Formats: sequence, structure tokens, C-alpha cells
Amino acid sequence: MSGESLYPRLEPLLAQVQKPIQYVGGELNAQVKPWDEVAVHWALMYPDAYEVGLPNQGLMILYEVLNERPDALAERTYAVWPDLAALMREAGVGQFTVDAHRAVRDFDVLGVSFATELGYTNLLEALDLAGVPLHARDRDETHPVVVAGGHAAFNPEPVADFVDCAVLGDGEQAVGDITDVVKAWKEQGRPGGREELLARLARVDGVYVPRFYAVSYGPDGAIAAVTRTRDDVPARVGKRTVMDLDEWPYPKTPLVPLAESVHERMSVEIFRGCTRGCRFCQAGMITRPVRERTITGIGSMVDQGLRATGYEEVGLLSLSSADHSEIAQVARELADRYEGTNTGLSLPSTRVDAFNVTLANELSRNGRRSGLTFAPEGGSERIRRVINKTVSKEDLVRTVTTAYANGWQQVKLYFMCGLPTETDEDVLEIAELAVEVIRAGREASGRKDIRCTVSIGGFVPKPHTPFQWAAQASAETIDHRLRVLRQAINADRRIGRSIGLRYHDGKPGVIEGLLSRGDRRVGRVIERVWREGGRFDGWSEHFSYDRWTQAAAEELAVFGVDLDWFTTRERTQDEVLPWDHLDSGLDKEWLWDDWQEALSEEEVADCRWTPCYDCGVCPTMGTEIQVGPTGRSLLPLTVVR
Amino acid sequence: MARQPDGPPPPPTVQKLRLCYAKRGPLRFASHRDLARALERALRRARVPMAFSAGFSPHPKISYVGAAPTGAASEAEYLEIGLAERRDPEEVRAALDASLPPGIDVLECVEAAEGGGSLADRIDAARWSIELPGIEPAALSAAVAEFLSRDEVTVAKRTKNGLRDVDARGPVVSAAADGEVGRAILHVVVRQVTPAVRPDDVVAALAAVADLRPPSPPRAVREAQGRLDDSGAVADPLGPDRAARTRCQGEHAAV
Ligand code: B12
Ligand code: SF4
Repeated sequence: MSGESLYPRLEPLLAQVQKPIQYVGGELNAQVKPWDEVAVHWALMYPDAYEVGLPNQGLMILYEVLNERPDALAERTYAVWPDLAALMREAGVGQFTVDAHRAVRDFDVLGVSFATELGYTNLLEALDLAGVPLHARDRDETHPVVVAGGHAAFNPEPVADFVDCAVLGDGEQAVGDITDVVKAWKEQGRPGGREELLARLARVDGVYVPRFYAVSYGPDGAIAAVTRTRDDVPARVGKRTVMDLDEWPYPKTPLVPLAESVHERMSVEIFRGCTRGCRFCQAGMITRPVRERTITGIGSMVDQGLRATGYEEVGLLSLSSADHSEIAQVARELADRYEGTNTGLSLPSTRVDAFNVTLANELSRNGRRSGLTFAPEGGSERIRRVINKTVSKEDLVRTVTTAYANGWQQVKLYFMCGLPTETDEDVLEIAELAVEVIRAGREASGRKDIRCTVSIGGFVPKPHTPFQWAAQASAETIDHRLRVLRQAINADRRIGRSIGLRYHDGKPGVIEGLLSRGDRRVGRVIERVWREGGRFDGWSEHFSYDRWTQAAAEELAVFGVDLDWFTTRERTQDEVLPWDHLDSGLDKEWLWDDWQEALSEEEVADCRWTPCYDCGVCPTMGTEIQVGPTGRSLLPLTVVR
Repeated sequence: MARQPDGPPPPPTVQKLRLCYAKRGPLRFASHRDLARALERALRRARVPMAFSAGFSPHPKISYVGAAPTGAASEAEYLEIGLAERRDPEEVRAALDASLPPGIDVLECVEAAEGGGSLADRIDAARWSIELPGIEPAALSAAVAEFLSRDEVTVAKRTKNGLRDVDARGPVVSAAADGEVGRAILHVVVRQVTPAVRPDDVVAALAAVADLRPPSPPRAVREAQGRLDDSGAVADPLGPDRAARTRCQGEHAAV
């Protein structure tokens, strides 16, 4: 019977695996709806371990939005670790949802959230475990429609063979439209089979169905053209944008796991989008324009969420939280409201700006000042101009020193390495900076026990950004720069011992680069790697660089391209990029000009406060910036002390 | 000297409540840490006015007594909480139960009797029922008889410091078999010693003495915990608190 629970067969397996709690569901605020009472069944997957996937905001939002519909249900599924996967194969138990332990195979839609490309092999593993054919073309009308979403879906070409559709942009409204289409098609008796269903989905705003677009390649290996194969599907697919965040106050009742997760706190998204224009930042580019939640909307989400979860800490999340037009008031009024309640408030990593220290002080006035995070991203002033994240060295040192002087003991600084035009000197400036920060910090705070942690990772160029044309730095370059940086930091022991260095080697970044800017030909590499045992590629203990490079060499040779072609090669202006037919609203010419300006170290301002710089998003998508201030304040609330 | 936070010290504990809760169904796979996290959050959600420890990161006053292992269900888990304001124990029980996911069910809540000793002192043994799928009751009976006839049965047990040999026979106070065709049930009373002898160890001991090997993992339920009395039964650790409370209520009723 469809929708039956696999739990009785799963339970004996769970007694034999690590951390079985991650597979049993039953989280606070989880929902199980009767199978037969709804028309459309969604399985929502985060293709990584439960502990990473559960707190994911996007999936939690869609789960609630779908379950609120009387005609739909949504359950969640995550990547299972190899120990359980082996037992499941042996016992013939398929990929299951954690809510009611139903077989993923039984659902109408399998929605997969790709926040990162490193989840692609986990998609293949889940499909295989579910008993769903790996290739979209081999599925029939009894199989779930596999829908990709999330930021990586802005270039779904590497997984085009495995997914039936990809949704570009915000999912809140798109999942509803997809539900309507699937429901109507089922009620009509599935006319035209799977092909017709996909054709109908391809006409939904924001839905891209790769099979209706043919890709041809030129003699140089680059794409010659991408053409639609039906004239009833759009030539270019545009992204979805939710305009009024106050109308979508999700998650209203965030899931609280029993198991430990990477994010032991509640999150309230205070705005979506970012127009700072950091050139490396795909999230900022593809989520334009800025749409703020109002102070009252934030206040009620915080209150409702805390009541629903019992969490002790609330993160006010967004891509650049200090930029909210009413953030000072939000911080002050929330801190007032929760004074004396052991409720912590926090902002995620922030731009380097004295105002951020003031905000952090305000938010932490009820609790401990443990650590603050800043993200200058580039080591030298020059490279910060290239990436458009301009802050002078003096300001940086002053800001961090202020933090120490205000009682913060730990400051974490985030950097990238391998940025376009970067040299060893740019990276070495990070060491100088860290030394100066500690020296000035000790003086200003009068304490010796302050610490600074430098966290640095290799830069991966992403689609729909001004750096989409850039040559990615090789793993050797990254590893070399990290080595010289480490030596420089350790040069002066008296200061060096107050500085921690956290870094990842350059290899995983190269594979992420292949998957980020890859085209449909890369699908063969992903499949090969999965067949040879590749999964959980975001985990260093599972990632195998050699497996990837070998698969890439062998699978790409027939096309006359290779790993370097996709990663360390700089693209020319006229090259057809694999994602050109997918529209994030950004004007390709504007992106190119911005790329050229990056090379000549010119900055651009933020269009929230300065005139529009014609990135193209608002006119193309019919959107506009939604910012306050609203002039409202938080209503007094009774809070338990 | 350690730095102290500014401001007044946290309010003192004015009432101690003792709770008995169950861990059932799929939530038997929750570990002690998972349960502790869930309980702390549920206490907040239920708006129980907890007392907190002093210091930079104040902790709510909760003490756990010997949690059942991951994978084992339980009908008898205990904890004690300190409150900063007095509350009706039954209201706390109901509110907390409503705030916990189904499968972690709060069965009872009583106020700790003044001078009645600690909860931990009232627990030194547990009664388990262990279902052995695929095993016949007769086979289990025979294995149990063999096991009980020994003075010592050594099994290898995984501990934090690697494999370690422990005697699984010594702490077993009683053992009996029943059940139905293809699904034997083992009833054991085990004294709590260090390192603990758990249901898995007893099942391993049966394999060692009688080659009894269930084809799929056994399912254990802790049915009771408490002090072992002279008859070999396990006494309810909340009994004394309940008795004190009934006495007290009786006096009020008499007025
Ligand atoms: C901004 C950001 C943060 C911010 C804010 C997080 C937030 N707003 O949730 C901060 C700094 C707090 C943060 C913290 C962390 N992050 Co973070 N974060 C991001 C980032 C860049 C964007 C996330 C975001 O904006 N979410 C907002 C939600 C609403 O948007 P969304 O998830 O994209 O979902 C919408 C749409 O995309 C769409 N959609 C999504 N999925 C699907 C599926 C279908 C079928 C459909 C139709 C639509 C759809 O609908 C949703 C609603 O509109 C992502 C990378 C990325 N590109 O997604 C990393 C990312 C998710 N974070 C990551 C990590 C590791 C973390 C931390 C654990 C870091 C740490 N060690 O502390 C923490 C944990 C936080 C958490 N809640 O999980 C990793 C996850 C790695 C992995 N293996 O999956 C990512 C992928 C970055 C990376 N590449 O390493 N993060
Ligand atoms: S088009 Fe102009 S206003 Fe709209 S997001 Fe781009 S720069 Fe901002």
C-alpha cells in the first residue's frame, strides 16, 4: 500500500547504527498527516546529514507552507550515513522520510534543497536507495517528480540528467503552484503521462525543466547554443521572488530536534536579499532585491518561535543583518523585552563596522560576551576593492580593538584566498592584520588573554556573479598561500600564540568549482564518482579528491574538455555560459562591466542608499527594494523570567 | 579569581520536584544527551520557573539519575528539578508532558519531602524486560537456567577506554523467561554497579553460556528502578515523597 510506514522493518536496523535518533523523526513541531486525505505528497530532502539538514531554514519554511495546505502533505528526508545505507540495501528497505517513515518512492514530488553543490552525490544515493531511476528519462508516471531548489539550482546543469525540474529563487509560492499543477493532473487521470506533467510544470513561473532544452557544443568544447525543444516552454526561465516577507512569517513553529544539530538555536530571517554587491557572493547576487521584514513582524516571529520551541537563543539572520533599516531599534527593544530571561540574541557574522560592535553589545547585555565574528574576506585593501568589500586597514583594526575593549575576548575573522588578481602579498597582509589587532587589542583592553581566530578558505567562482568568468585558483596555489600565511603568523611567537588559524586545503574547492560552473557533461562525472562510492562530499573523512579527478579525466575526455577547463580557465565575454538561459534578473552586461571594474579595482555603492546602478533585477523581475524604517515599535509582551 | 558577572545573584531554589518519565517507541533511540536537551527546552516551553546556577553561563537546576542506554526504552526514568517559585506538581507534570515530543511522557511529579534523602540514594537496581525476537521461550528458559547456575559469566563490553571484560552474572538478582512463540521475553532485575551491566551485556552472556543468538537486535524496556528490597523487588523511589505528601494533605483535611 502506498504511504505505508517502513518503520517496523527499519527499527531492527537502527539498533545497529551510529546516532539512530537522527532517523526516527518525532521532533517537536514535526507533522504527520494522513496519507489518503491529501491529493499531493511532497518528500522534502536536504541532501546532507540530518544534523546539518534539520536546521536549514529554507526546507523548514517549505515544510510548513506545504503542510498548511489541506490538499498536500510534506515530510522530510535526509542523507543516510553509509552504515545504515548498507543495512537498508541488505534488508530491502528504501529511502524513507523521518516523519512517518514512508517510502520516498511513494511520494508525488521529491523536492531537494541544494544550498551547496557538494550534495549532488547524496542525491544519487538517495534516488538509488529509494528505488527511483537515477536518470530522469528512465522514470515513468509512477515515480516522484524530482525537483531541485536552493541556491545551487541557479545552475542545475550538472544534475540536469537526474532531476526533472529545478525551481529558481524563493520557494514559498512556487511549491504551491507546483502542487496545484500536480493535483490537477492527477485528478484528470494523469493525461499525457509524465511528459505532459513536466510540460505543464515547465509553464509554471520559475520552473525549469531541463529535458525541454537541448544543449549543443562547439569545436572548442564550449557551449554553442541552448535551445528549447518545445515552443510552449519559456526561452529563458526567470526566478521567483517573494515580495512581502511579513506575509510569509515562516517557520512559525520551527522544528526542534532531539538529536544534536549544527545550529542549536532558533532563527528569524530579518530580511532577504542583499545589495552590498560583494562580487564573490552568489547569495547576494541571486536574492536581489532587498526585502525587509518589519520590526513588528520580527518581534512577533521571535516571540512565537520562542514559545513554540523553548530555544534559549535567537539568531537574527540574513545575509548582512546589521544593514536592516531598523536594526538598532530591533536590537534594543528585543534586548529590553528579554532582559533577565536567560534568552540570548545574536547576529551572524558581519561586515567590519563599528556599528556592529555597538549592536553586539546591545544584544549581549543580558549574557556573556564570548566571541564576535567579522568577515573582511580579503586580506589587503587592494583585494578588498577587487571584491567590493571595502574597508580600510585602520577601520578594521579600530573596529576589532573596540570589540576587545568592550569585553569581547574572542574575535573571529573570515577570509578567502585565491581571489581574482590575488598575490601572495595580499594573503600575507592577513598575518600583519592579525598581529596588529592583537597588539592594539591587548593595549585597549588591558588583557593578555584576548584571542583572534583567522578562518580562511579557498574562493570558488559562482554562476550569476561578476566573478563567473574568473579563473579559479588551483589547489596548489591555495595550499601554497595558506602555507606562507601560517609561517607568517607563527613568526612572532609572543603574538602568534594569541592567533588561531583555521583553514581547509584547496582540493575540495576545486571539485566544488567543477560542480558550480559545470554543464550537463559534468553529470557523467558525478554519476561515476557516486558509483565508485562517493557520497558526503562536504565531509573531509568521506571526500576523495583522487576519485573525483580520475572520474573527471576519464568521463570528460570524450568531450575534449577536462577539470582545468571548468575551473582554472578564465572565460571570455562571448562564451555561452551553461546558466545563461536561467535568469536571476542580473543583466549579463552589467555583470561583465562589474567584472571589468573589479579588475581595475573600482568599487560600487549599495543601491539601498545610493541611486540604482542598473543591475537589471528590479525591472526584469518587476520587483523593488522593500526597506523601512516603518517607524513602529515592539508592543510590550509578558515574558517569563 | 574568576570573574563574576555583574548584577544580582540568581533567585534561590524554593521547591524541589521529582519526576518520573517514560521513553517510548522510536524515542528509545534517544541518548542521554538528547533527552537532557529536550527536557531543558521543554521546561522553558512549559514556563516552569526554574532556579539557575550562578556564573557567566547559568544552568537550570536539573539533576538526572542514571539514564537508560541509547536504544533501550524505559517506563521509569527519574530526575529532580529546582524551582525558583512554588508550583503545583501535577500542573508542572501536565505542562511539561504537553511540551515534550510524544514518546517522552512525564508520568508523575511529586514534591521532594523535606529531609527525605536524595533521589540517587533511593535507586540501586532496575527491572528490565527484554524482548528477543526469533527466540522461543523454551530456549530462553534453558539459557536462563544455565546462566543462573554460574557464579560468573564474563562478557566483553565496549567502554570509553576500549573493550573491557565484565562479569554479567554477579549483578543479576533474578532472571526469568516467558513470552510467546518466536518472541521470548527475558525478565531480569539487575543491581546498578560500575561499570554498568546493561541488557545487551546480559544477552551477550546468554550467547556465551548457551549460544542463544537472537537473529535481530533485542528490544529492552526498563520497567522499574529503585532500591532492592529483601524480597528481591524494586521499590518505587518516589514512594517516600508521595507518602509524606499524602500525610500532609491528610492533616490539612482534618483541620
Ligand atoms: C546566509 C547563510 C548563513 C547565515 C544565515 C543562515 C540563514 N539565513 O538560514 C549564517 C551566517 C547564520 C549561517 C550559519 C550557518 N551556516 Co550557512 N549559509 C548561508 C547561505 C549563504 C544562504 C542561506 C540562506 O539565505 N537561507 C535563507 C533561506 C530562507 O533560503 P534558502 O535556504 O535558500 O531557501 C529558499 C529558496 O532557496 C528555496 N528553496 C530551497 N530549497 C528548495 C527546494 C525546493 C524543492 C524548492 C522548490 C525551493 C527551495 O525556497 C526557500 C524559501 O524561499 C547558505 C548557502 C546557500 N547558498 O544556500 C549557507 C549554508 C547553508 N550554511 C552552511 C553552514 C555549514 C552553516 C553553519 C553550520 C556554519 C557554522 N559552522 O556555524 C551555520 C548553521 C546555520 C543554520 N541555520 O543551518 C552550509 C551548509 C553545508 C551543507 N553541508 O549543507 C551552506 C550551504 C554554506 C556552505 N556552502 O558551506 N549561514
Ligand atoms: S536594479 Fe537597481 S534597484 Fe534593483 S536591485 Fe539592481 S541595483 Fe538595486
